[in-house]
Amino acid sequence: MRILPHALLTLLLVLVWMVLTSFSPGQLILGSVVAIFAGRAFAALTPDRTRLRRPDLILRLVLIVAADIARSNVAVARLILTGGRHGQRHSGFVHIPLDLREPNGLATLALIVTATPGTAWLDYDPDSGELLLHVFDLVDEAGWIDLVKNRYEALLLEIFQ
Amino acid sequence: MTSHLAQVPLWAAIVIAVLVVLGSGLTLLGALGLVRLSSFFDRIHAPTLGTSWGTAGVMLGSALLFTLTGDRLVIHEIVIGALMMTTTPVTLMILGRAALSRNGGARPRAANPASITAGLDADAAEGGSDRR
Repeated sequence: MRILPHALLTLLLVLVWMVLTSFSPGQLILGSVVAIFAGRAFAALTPDRTRLRRPDLILRLVLIVAADIARSNVAVARLILTGGRHGQRHSGFVHIPLDLREPNGLATLALIVTATPGTAWLDYDPDSGELLLHVFDLVDEAGWIDLVKNRYEALLLEIFQ
Repeated sequence: MTSHLAQVPLWAAIVIAVLVVLGSGLTLLGALGLVRLSSFFDRIHAPTLGTSWGTAGVMLGSALLFTLTGDRLVIHEIVIGALMMTTTPVTLMILGRAALSRNGGARPRAANPASITAGLDADAAEGGSDRR
């Protein structure tokens, strides 16, 4: 077994530890010990390692998602205030065929979809790769499929697969 | 107002106030939506206002206030935000799947790709029957 099986996770844990305590040499040592043990424990739980193929694209994804979350917050808040455009709003299910198979990529996509108000990840079928999404304000079904596939999945495919 | 809050400059106080009011306002709206919407699948959307910018607004306001009044950078609120973002999908998926199985046994799905649209119409009719 390698000494540092999940280097990025370990580094992140040290950082969180120091943010929660203080940036001092003592906490750095203590945090590192905890993080190294946690990293090794995680490696024992999940044998397959994740390779980030294009980590440089993560920042772009984060910025896109942050903007989308802010925008849909406004949209959903307005819909609640106006009583769903005075009864004109229709919600509905959308089936989206996904090409993404990497578990961490799928988890990230679930996170994005859930964090964005107005869309809810309901179910994913690992055999067919089909995602069932519930959309709060469903006007254009093809538009939502296009949004998930081209805006998020394309980037996630590049990062993870 | 306590003494150490008085050392916050006016511009920062305004920014902090806007962030906190925005965050708590969105959370309140989400709660309101949870009460006012009438179908389950519509209701699960409302609280996500509170878990996204609702949390972020309060979080940023808090980080800014305590960084300015304290003597060091206070950003541990980000950990709260990150945990909020990563744990919400878990409960949402559990609730969503439970509702799906209660409503019709299996998930709404089509036997072949050509009939997906037909299945969708049925789902949309069911999910959209929330107007009062």
